[in-house]
Amino acid sequence: MADETAKYDWPAANERTLIGKRVSRVDGPLKSSGRAKYTYDVHRPGMLYGSVVRCPYAHAKVTAVDTSAAEKMPGVAAVHVIQGPGSEIHWAGDDVVVVAAVDEPSASDAARAVKVEYQPLPHFVDDFTQPKNVPEEHGPLDQEDFITMLRNDVPDPQIVSALQTRGITFKPEKRLLDRLRENEVSESVISAVQSAPVKPAEEKPAAHYRKEAEQTKGDPEKGFKEAEVVSEGVYGCPVITHCCLESHGSIAEWPDSEHLFSHISTQNVSGLAGQFAQGLKIPAGNVHVHQDHIGGGFGSKFGVDRWGVYTAEVSRKAGGKPVRYMLERAPELEVAGCRPSAHARVKVGAKKDGTLLAWESESWGTGGPGGGGPPPMPYVLEIPNQRKQHVAVLTNIGPARAWRAPNHPQGCLITMSALDDLAAKLNMDPVELLLKNLSITQRADVYREELGIASGLMDWKKNWHPRGQGGSRVTKRGLGVAIHTWGGRGHESNCALTIHPDGSVDIKMGSQDLGTGTRTAILMVAGDTLGLPIDKIQLYIGDNQYPPDGGSGGSTTIGGVSSSTRRAAVNARDQLLAKVAPALNAKPEELEIVNGAVRVKSAPTRSLLWKDACARLGTQPIQAMGKNPGPGDLISSGVGGAVMADVSVDTETGIVKMNKMACVQDCGLIINLKTAESQVYGAMIMGIATTLYEEKVMDQTTGTMLNPNMDFYRLAGIGDVGELKVHMMTGKGYDERGPIGLGEPPTVGPMAAISNAVANAIGVRVPFMPITPDRVIAALNPNEGGSHASV
Amino acid sequence: MDDRPDKKKSNQQKKSSSSSSSSGVSRRDFLKISGVSAAVPLVSEVSALALADEVKELGPGKVPVTLSVNGKKLNAQLEPRVTLLDALRDKFELTGAKRVCDRGTCGACTVLMDDKPVYSCSVLAIDAQGREITTIESLGEPGKLHPIQQAFVDHDAQQCGFCTPGFVMATKAFLDRNPNPTLEEIKHGLGGNFCRCGTYAGMREAVMQAAKTTKGA
Repeated sequence: MADETAKYDWPAANERTLIGKRVSRVDGPLKSSGRAKYTYDVHRPGMLYGSVVRCPYAHAKVTAVDTSAAEKMPGVAAVHVIQGPGSEIHWAGDDVVVVAAVDEPSASDAARAVKVEYQPLPHFVDDFTQPKNVPEEHGPLDQEDFITMLRNDVPDPQIVSALQTRGITFKPEKRLLDRLRENEVSESVISAVQSAPVKPAEEKPAAHYRKEAEQTKGDPEKGFKEAEVVSEGVYGCPVITHCCLESHGSIAEWPDSEHLFSHISTQNVSGLAGQFAQGLKIPAGNVHVHQDHIGGGFGSKFGVDRWGVYTAEVSRKAGGKPVRYMLERAPELEVAGCRPSAHARVKVGAKKDGTLLAWESESWGTGGPGGGGPPPMPYVLEIPNQRKQHVAVLTNIGPARAWRAPNHPQGCLITMSALDDLAAKLNMDPVELLLKNLSITQRADVYREELGIASGLMDWKKNWHPRGQGGSRVTKRGLGVAIHTWGGRGHESNCALTIHPDGSVDIKMGSQDLGTGTRTAILMVAGDTLGLPIDKIQLYIGDNQYPPDGGSGGSTTIGGVSSSTRRAAVNARDQLLAKVAPALNAKPEELEIVNGAVRVKSAPTRSLLWKDACARLGTQPIQAMGKNPGPGDLISSGVGGAVMADVSVDTETGIVKMNKMACVQDCGLIINLKTAESQVYGAMIMGIATTLYEEKVMDQTTGTMLNPNMDFYRLAGIGDVGELKVHMMTGKGYDERGPIGLGEPPTVGPMAAISNAVANAIGVRVPFMPITPDRVIAALNPNEGGSHASV
Repeated sequence: MDDRPDKKKSNQQKKSSSSSSSSGVSRRDFLKISGVSAAVPLVSEVSALALADEVKELGPGKVPVTLSVNGKKLNAQLEPRVTLLDALRDKFELTGAKRVCDRGTCGACTVLMDDKPVYSCSVLAIDAQGREITTIESLGEPGKLHPIQQAFVDHDAQQCGFCTPGFVMATKAFLDRNPNPTLEEIKHGLGGNFCRCGTYAGMREAVMQAAKTTKGA
């Protein structure tokens, strides 16, 4: 069988016609000419427009809803109550009533005419203050407690112990156990929940804090005793929001009373039917989902969301007429995107030569009402002796969503800042500190090579200076470094590739292109395999009527679609060659397809043009399927990456200016070097924005977001980013691993690298992101009492 | 490079931090200025009318609106509160201009009005009457791309692409005024638009290329 799977291998470097080259994205002309149709741009015949009544309170109970006036207003087609009397609202901006009307002005007038009464309840939106005296939770766990522990990655032994000692209030039914297995929950936890004592529920004290994880590795006390230098610090970053330029939303319509057709802005075309079905009580097979282009997701668009369901509900009430509801900018920032915050008090100990010995951290952060889990710390470097504690802060800030590389940027910031402070204390170049400790990382050789290249790109040796020795000028220059990691194995993917007798080729996949270049990559793999240029292949994606494909998250798309497409194309090619072989008087395995011609390998003049070869199929096309996972080991997981930043800080105004940043990134076999580099550039620029500008600012008094607009929720502009350098690792040691996802890893390091560069420039740490001028000034003048100078 | 000495040593030699940047007016500043200068004659016209004549009141119901878009006259019944952006997108299905911030910050809705860039989310459709509106749709199409659009493709100056039409229109207006920009001028000239995916590296290259290829176009 070895031969059987080997045929799916990637072509050797000298045989690749497209893979690894620089190819312009195939949908580029559509996008740059304004012709690409996004969900927001879709116009359906007779389309109505939605408008939503949103709760102004961060925490409240709905006591009364009166829609009678709205229903009578001109142009109103339907009104649907989303959260009626008795509903408890947990964040400001949550959806209460939706109205559908003939145009947007009529819809918003009608929404204003809806009367909702609320009973405001106490809210809590402070995730900045370090939790003190957090009570140990006791009493039996309900199902939600248990699921939350899993979701927050509480270590297995801790979950098992909690299940055994505290007991549970629910019966672990088969459905739950199946779900746990589907989600790869460990058998130790599954058997613990089955054997946990069932007890009656106890009233839980309302608490804003929940002790989430407590872990010890090695002997931290001994580690710190042996340490010759110990550095302590506090670091953190706030909740930020995804701020997709195309907001969340959909256009729902009912071709008949049992079938839903939804154009929706989503990262998960194939995965939504079941979610709609559950919310709308119709079979999943009756749900048709379509999307041609998406204007940004970044992890926030995997679900149908409450608004997906109520847009469908209000359409159903309006007789099935299409209803468009795309979130306005304010709710997009308030309720549709939220990366958890993370703060930590850290102590790290090392020998004089920089060898890391011990780590201790008390961390906290919020992902909204659910709390949120601990970021991975210490990040990348497995320091032998550790003690870690994480407290989840339960707030009314709004629910967390996955954000490129969930939890990694936070863990990286806290760890790399602590190590940078340690290096400063050791009077050591932080690159040297990292190099010294690479043996406690998963991929020492990769990091060593990447740090070397990055140092070259930044001229690190020449430009770096010890902390605080940035010269006597008002503007001080500094350099910073960070390393990062991610998994990124390919998701499940199905590719249907058809070769028609007229020579045309089409591919159908229920995938989506987030702007990462997925379309182009699929076509490059198919073209390379079939010996055809990419414009000879028609690609259809973005519809759940095509073979199902995974959601685009966690850097899993390129691995999924490239391997399923490779398998489908190899299968189709081999079927074609079998049909054509007799005509060329050869065996199928003696044939190859090069430059649009099928030919005998040993006698290339014996050939047939692609079109003529396909004509041999007669009337029946060939359809071949390719799956991932499938035969042959085409993809891998696990990458490194190094980021270096060079900044100038004006010590009078506190303004940080990016001079330059470099990212050196590996991701296995690169399919399209051009779009791969774009991913890394984009990740660096997003990193600059999160480090210098982005923060979901909450008003403690009202519990609402103070900056739900793009004036005060600032993104980076073209003049803010400095010079950018990207170096992709290719060739031996990388190519043979096969494709590995790239969306997450380069987003991780920039925040830490820039933060370290600022510390290097001004001689003190600005502990909390974003590094705004006031925080720089406060860090430089610790005795003048800026609120964000320290906790 | 900033060459200021430390304030403790020499206060009197201090220079303003903006003095090192180029002298060009940023596009956002420009829009503010043009917004004001556009409004001033309108106001004075209205007040002049008020002296001589009754002020013409529009709305609150729908009124007939005629827009001149890409050389064509387009008619619709619109409430006076409808923006140029929403009229283009929802009435005329010209969806290249995008609704993103909806308050004149991000530039995704940029169109040209009498060859000047405007945020169409911040212009009322009734106020755009009698002006020549140019949208992304008139620049080029796949197969016949405008050199600016081609440059965005060549340099991969787009990822999700939602901000791209706005950037292309901003680039058009910028290069019309400044056909030979420096990198510093590009950073200023396109400072009125935002991209979330982070495509600025390719965009700088794209604008430089477009500056060369649009010469004489």
